[in-house]
Amino acid sequence: MPSLKDIRGRIGSVRNIAQITRAMEMVAASRMKRAQDSILAARPYADELEATLERVASAANLTEEIDPLLANRPVKRAAIIVITTDRGLAGSLNANATRSVLRWVTERASSGNGDGSVEIEAITVGRKGRDALRRAGVPIAAHFPPLGDRPSFGDVTPIARLVTEDFLSGKYDEIDIAYSSFVSTLAQKPEIDTLLPVARPELGEEGERTNDEYLFEPSPEAVLSRLLPHYVAIGIYRAVLENNASEQSARMIAMRNSTDNANELIDDLTLVYNKTRQATITREMIEIASGAEALG
Amino acid sequence: MPLQLEVVSPERRVFTDEVDMVIVPGRNGQLGILPHHTPLVSSLGVGELRIKKGGTEQSLLISGGFVEVRPDKVIVMADLAEHSDEIDEAKAVEARRHAEAELQQTKDPVDIARVRASLQTALMRERIATRRRTRG
Repeated sequence: MPSLKDIRGRIGSVRNIAQITRAMEMVAASRMKRAQDSILAARPYADELEATLERVASAANLTEEIDPLLANRPVKRAAIIVITTDRGLAGSLNANATRSVLRWVTERASSGNGDGSVEIEAITVGRKGRDALRRAGVPIAAHFPPLGDRPSFGDVTPIARLVTEDFLSGKYDEIDIAYSSFVSTLAQKPEIDTLLPVARPELGEEGERTNDEYLFEPSPEAVLSRLLPHYVAIGIYRAVLENNASEQSARMIAMRNSTDNANELIDDLTLVYNKTRQATITREMIEIASGAEALG
Repeated sequence: MPLQLEVVSPERRVFTDEVDMVIVPGRNGQLGILPHHTPLVSSLGVGELRIKKGGTEQSLLISGGFVEVRPDKVIVMADLAEHSDEIDEAKAVEARRHAEAELQQTKDPVDIARVRASLQTALMRERIATRRRTRG
């Protein structure tokens, strides 16, 4: 049986843990709010850019010769951008994300569009993903530190430039991006999208109806070739924002659970403490009583 | 009929209102847009976006991106957009000096292009800030 002092010590340390996890929960909650706001704030730009891209695409004659970012080559080498967090204590978020990436890598490596295998390299953003992929033996072509709480669009341009150049130079035939998408505070889903080649935009009915009247400066093709890199960058930016919101909400929930568990443990330990204290008092009383009896 | 104008950057919606006229810094020079302008898509350079409404004028710093004139509204999608009153003149001057110094040392052509772009933005920022101050 542990002594009273031991139990008191344990209650004290569990209480400290509860205090820390509670504080971390609060911090994550306020950051989550900010991260959600920035997803919403980024949405108008992304929507408008997509609408413009559709319109330009319907005017330009969309072929690979027009823009190399649309080129569908047989895939021999692919790169996947893996966005994870730098810090842990976010529940199963990073574990789920890396598991889905590793499964994808295994499947993709053997699929190869019917003609042989695909070589896959990773470009990581965030330490957790880099460490997990390194352990699994996936080659890592580049690593970027995470972009902080309030990433600006300028922060993702180096990543966008790197993958665009590597795609154009033929180093990779396909670029994908993996991140944890923010479904709700309670749910985050690992997601993998293809960034390059850019999927051909569907022609909307409105686009077909109005594109004759549109002027393009200097030409639809020239505007398109400026638009496509933006489209790639905004894809990365959106993934980074989603991953941020996922990180904060996963951490908030994980910390709330640990605070609850710690409080439960404190209750249990307090019960044990009181019982032990009671038992000690009873034992001492009996000792005194029997001592007195023996003397009398 | 007024003109419905929207200015968005990847980080946020910067401006949305009905205006009389807007002048955007197109890649090949200034482009004035009045109501009933022909539908148009153009890419943007670095410069000042001027918004005229009922005798007053507002200006925004714009760098890169696109403008689309639709039949119902004008949308400016800028890589960077700042209201002129958000610009800190002292910081702008410092950023310009920093970019100038960096340009002296850079050798790599890719870096030079990048530094030039940031120098251009800094210069434009400074110019807009100075104009705002002198105008009062």
